[in-house]
Formats: sequence, structure tokens, C-alpha cells
Amino acid sequence: MIKDGIAVFSQDVTKVFGRGDTQVHALRGIDLNIQLGELTMLVGPSGSGKTTLLSVITGLLDATSGDLVVLGRRPGELSAEDLILFRRENLGFVFQQFNLLPALTAAENVAVPLLAGGTKRQQAVARGEEFLATLGMAHRAHALPSELSGGEQQRVALARALVHEPKLIVCDEPTSALDGRTGHAVMELLSAAAVRPGRAVIIVTHDARIFDFADQIAHMDDGRITSLEENRRMVPPQLLRH
Amino acid sequence: MNFVALKMLVADRAKYFSLIFAIAFASFLLANQVSIFIGIMTRPSSQIQDVVDADVWVMDPQTHYSNEVYALRDYDLYRVRSVPGVEWAVPLYKGNGRAKGPDGRFRTVILMGLDDATLVGAPRKMLVGSIQDLDQPDAAIIDKAGYLYFFPGQPLEVGKTLQMNERRVLIVGVSDASAPFESFPVLHTRYSQALGFVGRERNLLSFVLAKPTPGTPVEKVCKGIEAATGLRARSTAEFSLDSFLFYLRNTGIPVNFGITVIIALVVGTVIPGQTFYIFTVENLKQFGALKAIGVTNRRIVGMILLQALVVGGTGYALGMGITAAFFARTMSYLPTRGIIFPWQVMAAVGVVVLLVVGLASLISVRRVLVLEPAVVFRG
Repeated sequence: MIKDGIAVFSQDVTKVFGRGDTQVHALRGIDLNIQLGELTMLVGPSGSGKTTLLSVITGLLDATSGDLVVLGRRPGELSAEDLILFRRENLGFVFQQFNLLPALTAAENVAVPLLAGGTKRQQAVARGEEFLATLGMAHRAHALPSELSGGEQQRVALARALVHEPKLIVCDEPTSALDGRTGHAVMELLSAAAVRPGRAVIIVTHDARIFDFADQIAHMDDGRITSLEENRRMVPPQLLRH
Repeated sequence: MNFVALKMLVADRAKYFSLIFAIAFASFLLANQVSIFIGIMTRPSSQIQDVVDADVWVMDPQTHYSNEVYALRDYDLYRVRSVPGVEWAVPLYKGNGRAKGPDGRFRTVILMGLDDATLVGAPRKMLVGSIQDLDQPDAAIIDKAGYLYFFPGQPLEVGKTLQMNERRVLIVGVSDASAPFESFPVLHTRYSQALGFVGRERNLLSFVLAKPTPGTPVEKVCKGIEAATGLRARSTAEFSLDSFLFYLRNTGIPVNFGITVIIALVVGTVIPGQTFYIFTVENLKQFGALKAIGVTNRRIVGMILLQALVVGGTGYALGMGITAAFFARTMSYLPTRGIIFPWQVMAAVGVVVLLVVGLASLISVRRVLVLEPAVVFRG
């Protein structure tokens, strides 16, 4: 039975790549609950299965076995088309390498999820500009990604992940391409802007300096969650002001 | 998402322009070579096409094209005239002679001997002089290219003379006759006059030109003539095609042009195909991000096809523009006169370009469709 307020329910989820002698067990029975309104971090060494778990949760990869419910839906039971629609409406992504489209301005990049949902270009870009303004990036709205610093690019990526008001934000190493100070600033922004009642945030990271921002930290190794740590999240000053 | 696709396309200007250039170059090469090929291959039938008064050409059964003729006997003309369905029939001489100019320069010329009474087969367009002036003694009409060969730099005028078979040829007109395959000057004279210009030959009757009676199909008359006389009878279109096919089968021209066309096709397919493929592969991560964000495969395929259509359309338009400019320039040049850029070639090249960009984008689309969106999580 899945309780209300659960963003991700995972029970004995496995993921196996390949077959026969070349089989790789990337996930070996993952049990994890992620609450709405919380920021959960998946941490662990390279190859521990963090990114695979993130991919399975977001429906980018199918689980081999186990029960996985995300925002009340089982990704494995959705058709390919429904899965795409589910992702488009409910998920926001922040990638390690930002993955901004280099040909588009910051505002246009932010507008992409809205465009994918069918919003008209002018309306979507205007919304993107507004959203960038809320993240203190109004003056860079018409800059191309190549004209932005790493921190600015990640803020644009964050705006893109949030602009369509998704219920689940997933971040893959959002600070690893940034220096310590910029990474901390991005995390402050992410924590302030993303974490809301009714929305969950999952962050895959190696970066121990940002652990303070987590409500829950899942330590992973060899495809398993080795420990689950409740944390007292550092509340960023912006949020305190509200 | 269309503007996203277009911005992605033009962002890498080097690739964008190389794609357009490759398609423009290939479509220019295709259109240009096919048009020249058609232009050259229709030249053997120029003198057939220029005869608009008659619909049926009667010839020796072993005559296969217009430039190699075995003469008929004079009475064959009367045999043709007696076939039911033939309204009228006239003789036509077509052969080669040698003409010499006043300054000693000479050339082999194509001599057309027209029926004295009717002048059937006379040039359609006169630049100087009148067809009726062929009634004058030793009179002949020469085409513009021939005139300018014998009288270079001189204005087109009547009254000049040439020499053929030690006889005077009086130029009474300059015509705009279609360019022949061999680029020889074309002279029109009376049938009775032609004998004097070419020298002693037993028979001059190269062809009998005939006209069916009103309402009688040309094919029926041709069959009737063949049945009644044992001669070969062809409509103008059939005889033109015979001449075209003869050169197609018996010369290296199609091989030569064929190779160029194949090269154009290979260049036009491989280079844009490869560049477009590389362009897509380099953007795979971006497409992966779009897929992860929730852009459907169908939408991404649409984006790629739009990109392909834009480069294909732009390259094609540029190629056709260059081709049109090329032919606009060469049309006024005497040796290449009459070689035009047919709209059918333009349309056919358009279809080829569509196929090429379609193929290139299909290969690229495949890579994107099989792309796991999870690739975006691999740093």
C-alpha cells in the first residue's frame, strides 16, 4: 500500500544489463521511499548504481524486476508514448553537463519543456524569461550557453527543469562541473526554488560539500542502498526570507 | 519545436553551408549534364523537327536515322502519292556537300533540297531575306551559324556568294535553323538546285515527305505506305526518336554523360548524407536531452526531416539558379544554341534531391530513434 505524499516507492527493484556471461547487475534490490517536499541525495562511488537508479525512476530505463511507483504511476506499465507524456508533465531534469541546446538563448532553453508540451513559441519564451528573472538571471536571458559561465548555465538548466512546475526534479551531479563556491550557490538556489510541498527532488552526487542540503541521503554501493540517513536540511537564506 | 530544429541547423554554420553547397553542387551538376545530354541527343533530329509542314517521313527500309540515308528512286514519290490517306507527298533531299567561302575557308554543309513547287521543309524562321527568293537561280538560304562562319564579323545580309561543286551559291536569306548534331552549316535550296550543288548522284530522293488527309491518323497512313510500297514510313516524332536512339546506341555520348551523372549522384548523396549524419550524431546528446525532457520520437523525426528539407530545398534552389544562369548565358552562344534547361529536368532533379535528403535523414533518424535517452546521464 502506497501512502499519500510518497513521490517514489521502490521495493526490491533490480536492473540487469546484458545476458549470460556479460551480465551486469547494476541494481540489486533497491528499497527506497522518497517523500514529496523532500530533497533526497543518492551518493556513492562510481559504478555504485546511482545514475542507473535515477534512470529507472525517471523511466529512461526499465527495471528488470521489483515494484516501482513514481508519483502514483508504475513506469513499467506505461506505454512508450504515455511514459514520454508522464516525463514531460511531471519530471524536471538537471544534467551534469547542463545539456543546454547551444543554438538557443537562455530563455529559449528554459522554454523547451513548454514547447514540447505544445505552448506557443512567444508565450513559452516569455515564460522562460520570467522564470530566469526569478533566479536572478534576467540580464542573461538572451545570451547563448557559450556566453554563460558554468554557474549561469546550471541556473538556466535549473530554470528549464522547473519552468513547467513538475512534481519531481532529478539532478545528476549538478555541482560536479562547477567550482565549490559556484556549486554551493547553485545548490542554495536549487534548494530554495525546487523544494516545495508537493514536489520532491532527487540529486545524484559525489560532492560531500552539498550533503547539508539533503533531507535524506541514500548511500549506495554495488547496486545496493547500504545506508539511509535522515538529515536536517540546511535552509537557504532565500527561503527563510519567505 | 520547429524553430528549435532550425536554430540547431544553422548554429553550426560550417556544416550548414557545406550541406547546402554539396546539394547545390550536385543538383547543378545533375541538371546541367542531363540538360546538355538531352540538348545534344536531340540535335540529330533538328532537321526533322524543323520540317513542320509534313507529318510523315518515307525512306529506304534500311534508313535508321536522319544523317545516313540511302536514296529512293524517283518513282517512289508517285507510289507514295497513290497510297490512300495521303493528301500530298513531296520530295526532300538531305545530304552533305562542301561549300567554300570567298576567302577560301570551306566547310562540309548540310544541304536540304526542298520541293521546287511547294518549298515544303523550308526554314521556319528567317532572320534576313525571304523563302520565296529560293526561286532565284543558284539561290540558297544559310543558317546564322554558317553565315557567321563564312562571313565572320559581317552583318547578316543577302547577296553574298559561296561556291559548291564549282558552282556559285547565292545567299538569298539567313535562317534560324536548329543546330545540327555535327555543327555543320545548314543550307536550304530547291530540290532541282541541290543536284548541281552536290555533284553527280544517280538519285537525290533522300525522303518523301507526306501529309495525311484530314482525319486520317498518321500511324494509319504510315502503315498504309509501308504496306503499299515496302518503304519505311515514320511520323516526325517516331523518326526523331529513331535518330535519338541511334546515337544513344552507337556513340559513347550516353556513357560519358552517364558517368558524370553517376558522379553527381554519388557526390550528391554521399557528401550531404555523410555531413547530415555527422551533424545529427554530433547533436545526439541534445536529442537525448530532448527525449528525456519529453519530446516525442515523432516530434524529433519531424525536426530532423525539417532540417533535411531546409538544406535540401535551399541547396536545390541554389543549384537550379546556377543552372538557369548557366543556360541563360550559353543560349546566346552560337555553338550551344538550342541547348536549354527543360522544366522536366528541373522537376526530376527536385525528385532526386528529395530522395537524397530523405535517405540521408532516414539514416540519421535511425540513430536518434534507437538512442537511449538515459545517455544524457552519462557525463
